[in-house]
Amino acid sequence: MLALFYIFIAVALGVSFWQITRVMNLRGVIANDKDNNTQGKIALGFLVFLYAMMIYCLIALNVLMLPESASIEGEHDDNLFSITFWLIGVVQFAMQFLIFYFSYKYRGNKNNKALFYADSHKLELLWTSIPAVTIVILIGYGLWAWNNIMYVGDDENPIVIEVYSQQFRWDARYAGSDNELGLGNVNYIKGINTMGVDMSDINSQDDKQVTELHLPKGKKILFKFRSQDVLHSAYMPHFRAQMNCVPGMVTQFAFTPKFTTEEMRNQSEVIEKTKGINKIRQAKGEDPYVFDYLLLCNKICGASHYNMQMKIVVEDEADYKKWLAEQKTLAQVIK
Amino acid sequence: MSDHHHKETFVTKYIFSTDHKMISKQFLITGMFMGIIGVFMSMLFRLQLAWPETSFSIVEAFLGHHQTDGIMDPDMYLALVTIHGTIMVFFVLTAGLSGTFSNLLIPLQIGARDMASGFMNMISYWLFFLSSIIMVISLFVEAGPASAGWTIYPPLSALPQAIPGSGAGMTLWLVSMAIFVASSLIGSLNYIVTVLNLRTKGMKMTRLPLTMWAFFITAIIGVISFPVLLSAALLLIFDRSFGTSFYLSDIFISGEVLHYQGGSPVLFEHLFWFLGHPEVYIILLPALGLTSEVISTNARKPIFGYRAMIGSIIAIAFLSTIVWGHHMFVTGMNPFLGSVFTFTTVLIAIPSAVKAFNYITTLWKGNLQMNPAMLFSIGLVSTFVTGGLTGLVLGDSALDINVHDTYFVVAHFHLVMGVSALFGMFAGVYHWFPKMYGTMMNKVMGYWHFWITIIAAYGVFFPMHFIGLAGLPRRYYTNTNFPMFDDLADINVFMTVMAIIGGLAQLIFLANFFISIYRGEKSSQNPWRSNTLEWTTPVEHIHGNWPGAIPEVHRWAYDYSKVWDDENHPQFGEYVHGQDFVLQTTPLKDGEEPS
Repeated sequence: MLALFYIFIAVALGVSFWQITRVMNLRGVIANDKDNNTQGKIALGFLVFLYAMMIYCLIALNVLMLPESASIEGEHDDNLFSITFWLIGVVQFAMQFLIFYFSYKYRGNKNNKALFYADSHKLELLWTSIPAVTIVILIGYGLWAWNNIMYVGDDENPIVIEVYSQQFRWDARYAGSDNELGLGNVNYIKGINTMGVDMSDINSQDDKQVTELHLPKGKKILFKFRSQDVLHSAYMPHFRAQMNCVPGMVTQFAFTPKFTTEEMRNQSEVIEKTKGINKIRQAKGEDPYVFDYLLLCNKICGASHYNMQMKIVVEDEADYKKWLAEQKTLAQVIK
Repeated sequence: MSDHHHKETFVTKYIFSTDHKMISKQFLITGMFMGIIGVFMSMLFRLQLAWPETSFSIVEAFLGHHQTDGIMDPDMYLALVTIHGTIMVFFVLTAGLSGTFSNLLIPLQIGARDMASGFMNMISYWLFFLSSIIMVISLFVEAGPASAGWTIYPPLSALPQAIPGSGAGMTLWLVSMAIFVASSLIGSLNYIVTVLNLRTKGMKMTRLPLTMWAFFITAIIGVISFPVLLSAALLLIFDRSFGTSFYLSDIFISGEVLHYQGGSPVLFEHLFWFLGHPEVYIILLPALGLTSEVISTNARKPIFGYRAMIGSIIAIAFLSTIVWGHHMFVTGMNPFLGSVFTFTTVLIAIPSAVKAFNYITTLWKGNLQMNPAMLFSIGLVSTFVTGGLTGLVLGDSALDINVHDTYFVVAHFHLVMGVSALFGMFAGVYHWFPKMYGTMMNKVMGYWHFWITIIAAYGVFFPMHFIGLAGLPRRYYTNTNFPMFDDLADINVFMTVMAIIGGLAQLIFLANFFISIYRGEKSSQNPWRSNTLEWTTPVEHIHGNWPGAIPEVHRWAYDYSKVWDDENHPQFGEYVHGQDFVLQTTPLKDGEEPS
């Protein structure tokens, strides 16, 4: 690969210098009919290149995309995205055609006369109102989806989990049997109380601190985010979930996991993507990859920003309860 | 007029000049110099992204103690992306683009002898120069330059404990930007006053070329929004140096609790993006303005929908000041605000669509003169559409949740404001080069420059959307720690190769530019057969622009290919003035309808 790259560079450099020495002898400065003709045709050629590249990307890179949303709320996101993507795809193909086809079709010639055409209220009304109507529909659907995702009703009784960030790791705290998180503040950070939990708060006693997220399938989870130093962002791409962690305030995001980790591994999209990844890893002599949900940091936070991750396991409720029961409460850990 | 100007020395002519034409050249050359630094940095971090564990002698040569055996340190990677962003956004595409062409064209196109205040104009350039110098110096401080991203969100940018670049490097960054804002404000005020007060006789606002409208409105947005960045920077300086807590609260770092209480980083985000978003249009509108002029001239057609174009510029400018929250959908801001900002943001698509359609209609049935400037303008419309469309994804809060801060965003803004604005700038340089230097640039090199650049630009930024959709966050030093991104490695290599080809293609431009200054073919007075006033001035620069009286304007700027359209007219179908362009200074003929 590297050799190919150097060859590329050498060729590019060579061509540039050859051109520079060659064209400095030509003193042409203003396009004549011959240039118009050539450049118009190149514009058409570029249109073909652009179409080929767009189609190639849409087909060949599709396998790299994230699989279907693993949260119920994320379905809104997926639907809205498909609609938007189709819409902008069609508009993109049409507009690029017009731009480069017109550049070719109307390339200059001294025997031609341009059409003096300065205004048309009808046309302008048309292309103001069509985007306007389309956009109002998109906004309508978007806002409906946004409200569905962002507002958590009181009657939903979500499981409360705190996600805690610091340079450069994630921790999580489960609210325990009372489903209420004890208060936390950086002033309480001491020794093994790394999340700064106020142990005098009665709600803190049954809280459980862990380094791996386990979520029950089909239950709504309400995440509360805190950060102890700089901004971080808890990004869970498979669930279409993201929220910044802001020092000095608590932020939140909620979703309902739809597939267990195991179910996700058996999904055709995931199987295909995993296969592709493992082919590459095998060639490099690395261990095979197995799909897991991940939480990534997605806000620049310092040198190891690129390596701040936490594994998420989605499992059936019974397994989840069993796992949670095995975790020690803070009262047991912090004496 | 010009003969009673006093004799000029070398210093007053070339260095502390108050002549807008000289100042515009100073802006351009400084902007180009900064551009070379900015682009070179992107080459370095593209190498890192494509081949993360590979040693490069070029990295070893340039990064000093910020690399080990030719592999850059993670801190330095962040510093490079930070400074690349800062330089390209502010120093190249704000000062280099707007500073150059506002200065050159405003007096020439409205028919003025110079800017309203030549002295303030000179101060504006020298403050910009000073801020460039400070930014360049910040690259050499021991702990490295600012590395909290070009958005410098605190607390990362406030705490040297969090990242070494937030020490002296960040201080210099803030000082440099404060001076930059001062420069920009002085310049903008001058532009506004000049356009409002110094138009020549007959140059009504509705006869201004669209370039002038774009610069005028840009200056207004700048005056509204840049002071807010200045205050954001000042408060950050207070937090960093004087112990205040505007942005900081409840921080535990390096084993101790800091004293900050009650501040909020979200406040900084609001202040920053109150400039940050209008800034996009401060960059883009001048590029669109230049393009309007270049497309119309080279299509030999009036720009389609002149009044609609002005309307969309004003609409975009107005909306641009009430959409900043779309950068903050997932910052913990109240979701209701998210709804409001989604609404205002997506509305911008309407005036933008109008502009794109109007450009395309201007091409329709034209007689396109494919000069390099024209190609870059066509390229601008293309990348503006490609990049603008994905704005519909990002502006929609529900969709933004999942693509926020991924490479999808990087691809979007590079196409819509980076590449588009650069194309606008190149179009401007190729088109007005004869006005600046009295010589012409070589067209064949221009063609090579354009086609390599546009292929490389699409090659870098089109596939980038897809690695964003695969969930890859931006500003990652490497993605090798995530097996789920292993299959993106080939695309990363492809993008880097394209980026390097694109970067090298700029050498063609630089060669063409500098050789043409000295050896280029002498320009005629109106080489592109254009209508606007700047082409009525002599090729050799003189103080005061016109040797005699300032010409009077009798028509708008777009009477290209105007023919007698009344079937009963004896000359039906022939050019009204015998040629396919009519200078704005030409009076109406008997029976000619004003356009």
